[in-house]
Amino acid sequence: MRRGVLGERSEFDGLALVCLLPSLFYVLALFVYPFLYGIYLSLHPLKLAGFSLANYATFFMDPYQYGTVWITFRLAIPNAVVVSAVALWLAYGMRRGIWLERTITTVLILPISLGVILLSEGILGFYGANGWLNQALLATGIVAEPLELTHNYIGVILSLFMQQFPFCFLMLLGYISGIDPSLEGSARTLGATPWIVFRRVMLPLIAPGLAIAFALVFVMSFAVFPSALMLGQPSGATRSIAIAAYQQAFEQYDMSYASAIAVIMGLCQLAALVAIVLIRGRLASGATIGIGKR
Amino acid sequence: MKESLKSLRFSITKRYGAKTVLDRLELDIRGRQFVTFLGPSGCGKSTALSIVAGLIPPTEGSIWLDGEDIGHLPPEKRGFGMVFQNYALFPHMTVFGNVAFGLELQRRPAHEIRTRVQAMLALVQLSGLDERYPGQLSGGQQQRVAIARALVLEPQLMLLDEPLSNLDAKLRVEMRAEIKELHAELGLTSVYVTHDQAEALSLSDWIVVLRDGVLMQAGSPQDIHDRPRNLFVADFMGFRNFFKVRLAPAPAPGIVEGEGGGLRLRARDGGGFSPGSDAVLAIRPEDIRLAPAADGANAFRGRVEIVEYLGREHEAAVSIDARTRVWVRTTELLAPGDAVELSFPPDKLVVLPTE
Repeated sequence: MRRGVLGERSEFDGLALVCLLPSLFYVLALFVYPFLYGIYLSLHPLKLAGFSLANYATFFMDPYQYGTVWITFRLAIPNAVVVSAVALWLAYGMRRGIWLERTITTVLILPISLGVILLSEGILGFYGANGWLNQALLATGIVAEPLELTHNYIGVILSLFMQQFPFCFLMLLGYISGIDPSLEGSARTLGATPWIVFRRVMLPLIAPGLAIAFALVFVMSFAVFPSALMLGQPSGATRSIAIAAYQQAFEQYDMSYASAIAVIMGLCQLAALVAIVLIRGRLASGATIGIGKR
Repeated sequence: MKESLKSLRFSITKRYGAKTVLDRLELDIRGRQFVTFLGPSGCGKSTALSIVAGLIPPTEGSIWLDGEDIGHLPPEKRGFGMVFQNYALFPHMTVFGNVAFGLELQRRPAHEIRTRVQAMLALVQLSGLDERYPGQLSGGQQQRVAIARALVLEPQLMLLDEPLSNLDAKLRVEMRAEIKELHAELGLTSVYVTHDQAEALSLSDWIVVLRDGVLMQAGSPQDIHDRPRNLFVADFMGFRNFFKVRLAPAPAPGIVEGEGGGLRLRARDGGGFSPGSDAVLAIRPEDIRLAPAADGANAFRGRVEIVEYLGREHEAAVSIDARTRVWVRTTELLAPGDAVELSFPPDKLVVLPTE
């Protein structure tokens, strides 16, 4: 009996391994290898022979380059905070379903399906100096000078918000509507106002999902590239780290230096993720216990 | 314990779009009563409870607590305790945290919270489990926490929404006794929702039977059990034998006689029926006797067709003629094919309107 079970198990493991191979190959060939090759490239500068940290040293000694880390954080963190906060607020309000829910959800999701370029074009057309918004504001006399909403920091933030809000909203809506509604009912009968229900019962239970949503939005925002080019000031206020890497790779043709910048970008994202996971662990140590067994 | 309420009166209607879930449900509950809403799923009993708790607004009507209209008050201002079917414990708080939650919101001093929570946990036999999380407790323990969490606030009214239906049969009977004991010991006023008639009969002072949001009958457990007023209540309370009859002139005072389907039956006169009208006579399987009647009334011969073993007893389907089959409960050993003599004691037959 025992041997039979063991035999069956090893057979299963062998089959599982075979089934795993295609995806394993996919991950190795399309992710692990390019990733490691990028690191290898970054450690072999164009103008030097052999292994060297020169690229990294150059980056951190040049304010024009290391400044992009700060610029990118300045875009990614406020965007992630605003996106998660607005998505949380809206998803919490819609957790029990609302009137015209499908229509509203469709409208919110639409930007995802349009793609970044079309979205950026749209933002230029609407929020630009001669865009509809400014024309309307000027015509009604609300403003005397057109508002500067594009080709600066605000333009990039607008675009990032529109790209990432739907993802974040849908994630949180799914997470929040999965929480047992009778928890709210019981908290209310125990004397909690709606605000206390949110703060003491719902928020701790939402926190793990909120942390994941925040992390995803942050990582996506940190890689900001097309909207920083089209809607920002790619040589100034919104010169994100991705733009710096792009310029090295395709304007200076220094793939090695570009790889070093890409690695630095990855490390920044990783550091932020670790920080989020740590904060989440501290905030919600009790929340995960028993959440599956209600 | 705080003073229990003196009276809770309500008249509520709830509609979702065109669908009426509760149709002018009116009730007057007195202090220390144990009232049960009984009915099949979807009859509106839980909705009624949620409206009393303030969790759902009624479409029309209101609720009066000791004469004061509380219909506009949010649930947190009503001071009612509620226990949910799925317990609804806060998964991120310990047992202590769950029970202390309401007291903390009232900003009670820490030492008072500690003593009251500990006393309440002792009362529901959960001492020593205060640091556990709900996920680490059994279903019965979780329900005890839910009850303790509501009781610790000394509510004027306890609302219990099918609190035992997620527990296994044995535990359900134990917890039922505990709930009854707590109710009596603490002098509570309780409204209980269930679909289980045994639960309703054993716990309640007053039972309200609902069907599709309409009150079918309200009365003491004995009333509901022995004197159902309509087919629905009779069927729900375990009457299994129904005979469509046309009533004949009464043979004696207090007795009605009906004829239908080739049978002539006598029953106790509940009033309100006149000769010549159609009615349904109903009797429970356990009230049919497997013996000839002394006076020859309501006596039949039949043949056993099916025998169901119920443990202590059997329930047998006996055919009286080609058209009529009755269910009989007996401790006697019967086998399919046996010929038996049956009698229906007239005082056990109830007369019901046809619809």
